Amino acid sequence: MAARRLSSLISLSSSATAATSLGSFGRFSRWGRGINSFSTPAAIDEPISPSIQIDHTELLINGQFVDAASGKTFPTLDPRTGDVIAHVAEGDAEDVNRAVAAARKAFDEGPWPKLTAYERSRIMFRFADLLEKHTEEVATLETWDNGKPYEQAAKIEIPKVVRMFRYYAGWADKIHGLTVPADGQHHVQTLHEPYGVTGLIIPWNFPLLLYSWKVGPALACGNTAVLKTAEQTPLSALYVSKLFHEAGLPPGVLNVVSGFGPTAGAALASHMDVNKLSFTGSTATGKIVLGLASKSNLKPVTLELGGKSPFIVCKDADVDKAVELAHSALFFNQGQCCCAGSRTLVHESIYDEFVEKAKARALKRVVGDPFQMGIEQGPQIDDEQFKKILKYIRSGIESGATLESGGERLGSRGYYIQPTVFSNVQDDMLIAKDEIFGPVQSISKFKDLDEVIQRANATSYGLAAGVFTQNLETANTLTRALRVGTVWINCYDIFDAAIPFGGFKMSGQGREKGIHGLSSYLQVKAVVTPLKDPAWL
Amino acid sequence: MAASMSISSLLSRSLAAASSSALRRKGRISEVGRVVSRYGTTCAAVENPNIPVKVNHTQLLINGNFVDSASGKTFPTYDPRTGDVIAYVAEGDAEDINRAVSAARKAFDEGPWPKMTAYERSMVLFRFADLIDKHTEELAILETWDNGKTYEQAAKIELPMISRLIRYYAGWADKIHGLTVPADSSHHVQTIHEPIGVAGQIIPWNFPLLMFAWKIGPALACGNAIVLKTAEQTPLSALYAAKLLHEAGLPPGVLNVVSGFGPTAGAALASHMEVDKLAFTGSTQTGKIVLELAAKSNLKPVTLELGGKSPFIVCKDADVDEAVELAHFALFFNQGQCCCAGSRTYVHESVYDEFVEKAKARALKRTVGDPFKAGIEQGPQIDSEQFEKILRYIRSGIESGATLETGGERIGSKGYYIQPTVFSNVKEDMLIAQDEIFGPVQSILKFKDINEVIRRANSTSYGLAAGVFTKDIDTANTVTRALKVGTVWINCYDVFDAAIPFGGYKMSGQGREKGIQSLSNYLQVKAVVTPLKNPAWM
Repeated sequence: MAARRLSSLISLSSSATAATSLGSFGRFSRWGRGINSFSTPAAIDEPISPSIQIDHTELLINGQFVDAASGKTFPTLDPRTGDVIAHVAEGDAEDVNRAVAAARKAFDEGPWPKLTAYERSRIMFRFADLLEKHTEEVATLETWDNGKPYEQAAKIEIPKVVRMFRYYAGWADKIHGLTVPADGQHHVQTLHEPYGVTGLIIPWNFPLLLYSWKVGPALACGNTAVLKTAEQTPLSALYVSKLFHEAGLPPGVLNVVSGFGPTAGAALASHMDVNKLSFTGSTATGKIVLGLASKSNLKPVTLELGGKSPFIVCKDADVDKAVELAHSALFFNQGQCCCAGSRTLVHESIYDEFVEKAKARALKRVVGDPFQMGIEQGPQIDDEQFKKILKYIRSGIESGATLESGGERLGSRGYYIQPTVFSNVQDDMLIAKDEIFGPVQSISKFKDLDEVIQRANATSYGLAAGVFTQNLETANTLTRALRVGTVWINCYDIFDAAIPFGGFKMSGQGREKGIHGLSSYLQVKAVVTPLKDPAWL
Repeated sequence: MAASMSISSLLSRSLAAASSSALRRKGRISEVGRVVSRYGTTCAAVENPNIPVKVNHTQLLINGNFVDSASGKTFPTYDPRTGDVIAYVAEGDAEDINRAVSAARKAFDEGPWPKMTAYERSMVLFRFADLIDKHTEELAILETWDNGKTYEQAAKIELPMISRLIRYYAGWADKIHGLTVPADSSHHVQTIHEPIGVAGQIIPWNFPLLMFAWKIGPALACGNAIVLKTAEQTPLSALYAAKLLHEAGLPPGVLNVVSGFGPTAGAALASHMEVDKLAFTGSTQTGKIVLELAAKSNLKPVTLELGGKSPFIVCKDADVDEAVELAHFALFFNQGQCCCAGSRTYVHESVYDEFVEKAKARALKRTVGDPFKAGIEQGPQIDSEQFEKILRYIRSGIESGATLETGGERIGSKGYYIQPTVFSNVKEDMLIAQDEIFGPVQSILKFKDINEVIRRANSTSYGLAAGVFTKDIDTANTVTRALKVGTVWINCYDVFDAAIPFGGYKMSGQGREKGIQSLSNYLQVKAVVTPLKNPAWM
């Protein structure tokens, strides 16, 4: 139970937020640039105190907040300082069992799948309204626990979460089966049914956004859920799930278990009474999760995993725009995006200009306390990631890439890292191959289109790509040739609820969001009866 | 390596009859059969007509050429009627899989397959379907010889279903649409549905060519290249059919066929880092291994069609005679070797005694014998391993206290023939009510009310299919939604149109084959987003 007092600065920023929740991200970055630049450690070393009480640190099972069966807790830390925010109930196998039993009952005996689709949609719409009303508290929790800029949470992410729940609430009563033409005298139809109990495992980089990507379609389709949050960011999901129950969600439909992957996560992935699993996280963990599912009850698994997405700047691109979007494609959310544009491939004719401007843009990036207005970049999530990123930066230097800017930690507390730009990156360097998940941009040079297609595809990942060109034929060629789940042309990180997202190759299996996200949560049942004397066939 | 046999007068008669009535229904065939032979007629079972077809293709088919395996090794494929060797077949292993995958990789990455128009791809498949029709006799003979299924079933039911299914997916090739997607801001959004790349496909021995069609039809229509591994029990027909597909204009490397065993060739395919997608049909146990190999290697997405223990529910208001006939067919079809066999026959107590009596009578009338003979309903089981396993389950049924109504023994002294076997008074805790027997063993259970039978029907880790017999629409609707299965046949069973999706809930599988649903197994979804400058509408 942690409680902190309001600072005048953050209260100012909160009221600004409420008034402009539809403003675009670009607007914030413009405010930011005048305020601060990444080498100002003063702002970092005196963290602002968030004005929110943490009411929910227990597990949410069957509509009740309860302690872990073991009574154990674990600390969740403030990435700005490494200090403890709160001690949270630590779920393990026994808690997952309790949660699955509650979800099982809510599914098998109802009421959730026995409510009409319209009734389910109404509860989800009410939840979206409540969430919107509580945007400030929720965004504050998200920033405190994750370190992402408050403005990003409040003005981009929470509105997207609300939007996603409304999108899937609208789908609930539009899930149609097919009637099917038959070769003989049979009447054939397909029913699209909820799977049952779904296990949902989400990561720490976008705790609530990924909560909405999974909980939204799962519940709209009539499933019940046991959600395991990341141990780094357990707080916001508990808060909003409470709101969900206030909106009328019956007990047991959504259960939230905080805890660690090898204990609670593995118990959920292995559970014999879980009918479907959806996991977002690293490729290495995704393989383990799929292995557990296949060894236990063969529950189908949706995977959203890592990436090393190319951002291709063609010779005819608008360089200034490409620099700005390549910058945001990589540095957005402290570089902690599975679809980060982490291989910036620039045509040789504009390469020098691009590198110069990319460096200048990185130097202008405003890093600091994420609760401060105008801040573009907060701390990395934790000590482990922080050290891993610094190790990759050293590896980049040692392997001969040119360090254009950054490369060091920022301040002496927390997990801040300077926006870092490497040029002259070669494909065989580790920084060009591995997912760094941090503020490290790697710029490489290319000569022609065939070459860049081959290099862009020469990775085991296939999540997304950015393409910058004014030429329609170049755009069409690259769009088809790139083995990735999303191609952003002259834009990046467009995440509408209706756009399917997911990976080719080892970036994942299945799609989330959009109409495709529904099929991850529906079984198809074919129903056949004979026709006696049919009027038509 | 080519085995060759000469034609017998008996078989040539049956073939002529077959080709002139390829569209006849199964009911008619069984009527013809019943007067010919009974399962106790051992002479029919061991009779061994000569086979009027040459086994021309026993090598691996890689990059459009028949080649020996890298090791030079072969394995024998057997005639289930006798256990005799039909032919020695090249035994593919990891190195052959590597060769096949590189050929498929090249055909996909450099073309021509995915770079042909969808219309051109569809024309190759339509021509292939025509060739299958033209060569139905040879294909059906190979299928019966290698598998033991009745020739009439192969020629008049399965081969026509195969050409039908290939035409169905040929027709899909130029109808794979993406979506344009409404956006919240000034962006133009579209989805394109792309072939995944190289698909690895592993098929079982119970319906070798039908499963070949279910797998290659949608994969090729969507523009993928393929490495297909056949079952070691039944390698012959796929090689023949794949040859026809090349004659129809399939470019080399697009479809590669590797004969071999699961732990070697199968595992190499499932683990291969250059295979982008895997589809497997077989046992649940092997499916779990296959999925794990895929997870441990390159996370290729996997479609699984696995085992079942499907309930066949006869309600009190059912037409008993029709239910008996269809329950019989649901279990005994294909020697009981169907993943969706109706292997738990639940009968309402009010019609139970009558049902058991009639089910027993029907089983006693079932004609078992040489599958090449006209009118035969049941041939031998696939091999000695399955044969022994089935007899073990029969012993277990007897020992656990179920009532053996009929059957229970092998027939004859050669090959793998088993008497059509019926157990009544079967309880849920008996092994024969829980395990997939995959043989001609019907288990009849009694129930009292609908809620009870729903609960019992669902109390299994399988969820492939179910049959429901009732005249009452409320009962039908209730049971349809309550059963956790991928297919519900109401007052019918084993209706397998190309357009009907097939697949399992729970441990019976992941994904669906056939129909529009199967396309998504072989397509990746790519979202494409561009900004809109000054859009006329949003």
